[in-house]
Amino acid sequence: MSDLVQDLEPLLENARQEIANTLSLSDLDAIRVRLLGKSGEVTARLKTLGSLDPEARRSAGAKINVVKDGLQTALELRKAILEAEQLAQKLASDSVDVTLPGRGQGSGGIHPVNRARRRIETIFHAAGFDIAEGPEIEDDWHNFEALNIPANHPARAMHDTFYFPDGKLLRTHTSPMQVRIMETQAPPIRVIVPGRVYRCDSDMTHTPMFHQVEGLVVDEGISFANLKAMLLGFMRSFFETDVSIRLRPSYFPFTEPSAELDVSCAACAGKGCRVCKNTGWLEVGGCGVIHPNVLRAVNIDSEKYTGYAFGMGIDRMAMLRYNVNDLRMFFENDLRFLRQFA
Amino acid sequence: MKISVQWLREWVEVGNDVEVLSHALTMAGLEIEGNQPAAPMLSGVVVAEVLSIQRHPDAEKLNVCSVNSGKEVVQIVCGAPNVRAGMKAALATIGATLPDGKEITKAKLRGIESFGMLCSARELGLSDESSGLIELPAELVTGTNVREALSLDDRILEINLTPNRGDCMSVAGVAREVAAVTNSPLHAPQFAPVSKESDTTFPVRVEAVSACPQFVGRVIRGVRANQASPLWMRERLRRAGIRSINLLVDVTNYIVLELGQPMHAYDLSKLSGAIVVRTARHGETLTLLDGRTINLADDILVIADDKTVLGMAGVMGGEASGISDATTDIFLEAAHFAPDAIAGRGRRFGLITDASQRFERGVDPALPGVAIERATKLIIEYAGGVPGPSSAVGGAVVAAKSISLRYGRVNKVLGVAISPTVIDEYLRKLGMVVQTTGSLAQVTAPSWRFDIKIEEDLIEEVARLHGYNVIPAIDANIAQQLGRVPEDVVRRERAADVLIDRGYQEAITYSFVDPHWQAIMFPTASPKTLLNPISAELGSMRVSLWPGLARAASENLRRQQSRVRLFETGKKFIGDVEVDVIAGLICGSAEPEQWALPSRKVDFFDVKADVEAVLALSGDANNFSFHVGDLSALHPGQAAQIFRKSEQGMSAIGWIGAVHPEVAKKMDLTYPVYVFELEAKSSLAARVPQFEDISRYPAIRRDLAVIVDEGVQFDQLAAAVRTSAGQLLKGVWVLSVYRGEQLDKGKKSIALGLNLQDTSRTLTDQDADQVITQVIQYLRTDLGGIIRDK
Repeated sequence: MSDLVQDLEPLLENARQEIANTLSLSDLDAIRVRLLGKSGEVTARLKTLGSLDPEARRSAGAKINVVKDGLQTALELRKAILEAEQLAQKLASDSVDVTLPGRGQGSGGIHPVNRARRRIETIFHAAGFDIAEGPEIEDDWHNFEALNIPANHPARAMHDTFYFPDGKLLRTHTSPMQVRIMETQAPPIRVIVPGRVYRCDSDMTHTPMFHQVEGLVVDEGISFANLKAMLLGFMRSFFETDVSIRLRPSYFPFTEPSAELDVSCAACAGKGCRVCKNTGWLEVGGCGVIHPNVLRAVNIDSEKYTGYAFGMGIDRMAMLRYNVNDLRMFFENDLRFLRQFA
Repeated sequence: MKISVQWLREWVEVGNDVEVLSHALTMAGLEIEGNQPAAPMLSGVVVAEVLSIQRHPDAEKLNVCSVNSGKEVVQIVCGAPNVRAGMKAALATIGATLPDGKEITKAKLRGIESFGMLCSARELGLSDESSGLIELPAELVTGTNVREALSLDDRILEINLTPNRGDCMSVAGVAREVAAVTNSPLHAPQFAPVSKESDTTFPVRVEAVSACPQFVGRVIRGVRANQASPLWMRERLRRAGIRSINLLVDVTNYIVLELGQPMHAYDLSKLSGAIVVRTARHGETLTLLDGRTINLADDILVIADDKTVLGMAGVMGGEASGISDATTDIFLEAAHFAPDAIAGRGRRFGLITDASQRFERGVDPALPGVAIERATKLIIEYAGGVPGPSSAVGGAVVAAKSISLRYGRVNKVLGVAISPTVIDEYLRKLGMVVQTTGSLAQVTAPSWRFDIKIEEDLIEEVARLHGYNVIPAIDANIAQQLGRVPEDVVRRERAADVLIDRGYQEAITYSFVDPHWQAIMFPTASPKTLLNPISAELGSMRVSLWPGLARAASENLRRQQSRVRLFETGKKFIGDVEVDVIAGLICGSAEPEQWALPSRKVDFFDVKADVEAVLALSGDANNFSFHVGDLSALHPGQAAQIFRKSEQGMSAIGWIGAVHPEVAKKMDLTYPVYVFELEAKSSLAARVPQFEDISRYPAIRRDLAVIVDEGVQFDQLAAAVRTSAGQLLKGVWVLSVYRGEQLDKGKKSIALGLNLQDTSRTLTDQDADQVITQVIQYLRTDLGGIIRDK
């Protein structure tokens, strides 16, 4: 019996020391096998307990089990530490340069004119307007006649129209859609029509193709004052600042009263700068109360219903919003330009 | 149109601040685009009198003059041929600055000292050309600064008139407007009629009465046709941008500017029989004052005599009957022509004249009688002559009809309450006669406001005088309407966003393209062609978005952008049909150059993935298919037409492929270039999703490698698998495509992944084996496929 418990304490102490000094999990496991394995030192002592008398067995067993528990605890502790170290090492070797760029396809970008167009559509849609589009090749009736611009009318000279041999033409404005919409829809009408328009004109500030958005509202009791409110609200929404608008009497055969639409220069808050040529104002479109002849042409009772219409240059709005100083750049499709609007 | 503020002041009171006037006019609808000084920088130039001249002893063309500058008598050496003793001339004294920046100093010319310089009109900046000294009127006081003497401290307003305001195309018209909008008194000069001094008349016959309701004529005999106009008249013409010719021409031009009535002067000796106002006859020609001969059509109003056509009425006179220096007797015309009879006629021949611009907008019908008296007076005053009586054919056009104006309607249309009294006042300021009965006014517009025809015209005038900016902004009270929002269509913006997210940059190219450029890709297309393109390079409507994108790509490649990914949405024009399409073009590396992926050029399957991503938006990806296609713009081995299957059957919705290497070369594109074009409407029609049960039972995955002939397409293989596998097959996809040493030539091995699943039970291996056996058998018999051993 004395053999069994002999040197238990030094065994425990030495083993603890050895465990603490172990540097690898495999070494640690070898120690475990040597001491606590099937034929390990401590296991062997426990196996021979059966040969002792009950009292001695109890006493020796208790002592050996204390040593066994102590060894197990030490092994587990050391194992946890070694595992943690191993994980830390592995993670350290897996670290990446987080500043390297991501893999794969980059993203492109929207054209600035369409960016402005979407913005315009979003604003009017939120105000309850429908969005419509129309044909770009138009007939004389919709582009001119129905808009109160008969043949030989001096206003036609301002339109620089592109013609086809069959007498059709490229629409010079989005206004023909006023007629097309009112031909098919009964009031109340609230709609905007964005799209391409064409004029036979090309210089520093004109391109033969550009973009307009037409607005049309027809209902009972619609007035010039309502037109002003809508335009003011729109401009403030579009420019996200408290711009002012200015309406100047003008002439469009299809509206009366007619007005040019100026917006105060957002770049200088109307004080005068290079963008607004020191006037404080920027011309962005035309508008007016729908001429009764136009309503008559589409069989809408001009006594019961009134309406307003406006037309704005989308390219112009994009130039102002994004500080583009040359209209022609929009149609050159230079990637160095386009990428700025992603 | 250019208007001198000084001239305006003769007609109406104008404040000193031109900017204030400009703003007031602009805000009343007469847009002032700017104002310029009437004369350029000029100082130290005075009215001087040439006292005597002597030939320069050493220079044939120079004279030594003794000149009174008002302060002193100085010696001036002068080379002008028209210098003479007694004349008043402009003297630039020592220290003077001329418009070209020249400073006058004491000078020696061929040994003789000159204490200043006598100036020509050009040297003073008052004319583009001149021969000799500007001769100043004798009544000018010697010593006066020329700025003051010639009233050069004037501003010229540049007015951009809208087409409805023909009445403002004159000093008189603008003055009326100034009076109305600035509340200033109008003091129009009164022109008394000129009494006849002879009874000579020339017969006039108006055949086109509705086109020419009134024709006033007058004969003046014994005029000095080559007489130069007085300086004040030349100055006023110059400030309006009109060059002085001779007195007769200048007077007619002056009347246009002053009153707005176009006039014409004929050489009486060249007229035969009678003046006839009629439409042109078929085959008639006319040689214009500018020397061009034009062919007339029967809708053109002409002035003729018994022999020939003399001029295009209201547009331009003819060469044959025009005034020359030899002219002594003239016939003056002041007629009224209806806008419809003139509009567009001149433009047909590229003629836009002062007369045509006015007549096509409208001229005050009351003017011919006034204008002829004013012109006669000026002619006999400055060119002499014996006037006959003025004779009118037809009468001044009947007074404008009265228009009813409902005060309530004014407020309804404008959305602001303006009292009847104020409305009346506005209208009266504009020369209208207003008679009120209760809520209604009867308004008669003055003869010059021929544009006022209906109630809305009056409402606009009220708004104008009230001030557009005084009208408040009031939100409309419109009932909410919730329309139906279609879910069976994908918004074009969504498709655009997919492409943008996949690295595409959106482009906007012109709808018209260079026909030659387009023909490189589409040699057999017959595009719609513009009659009047801006240039030949923009002459044809595009039949595809590819030519425009190709142009944009090649220009970007030239700008050192080696990787291009562009797309555009818009219309193409096929015959009379406008088709909305979404098109794209890619070239260069598949991904931006980077460390994390090997560099590789784009290929067919890059662009196909982009197209598939767009088509997948429809929720109907399985119904799209790609079929080998043949299009001249595309590589014959890498081109496909895209189809969509629907209840209506198969329809072609677009193309995809590599641009043909020859085409790419001609377009300066770096091969390979891939393009696609999808018809927007049929591609973006969407399926509204409907829920289907998800199987709760596990799926079984089986892989299969099949060796087939090179000609067998994946679609055929997949179809065969679907047919033979039956209901349990949930998906089939490609794992790899292998060609090489281990296979016979002309063969390829395609490895497929199959997913099998049942909705009501767990599949067993035996179930899967059975399916695979069926598939293998079918592939062998249907496609000659052999299963490849692992």
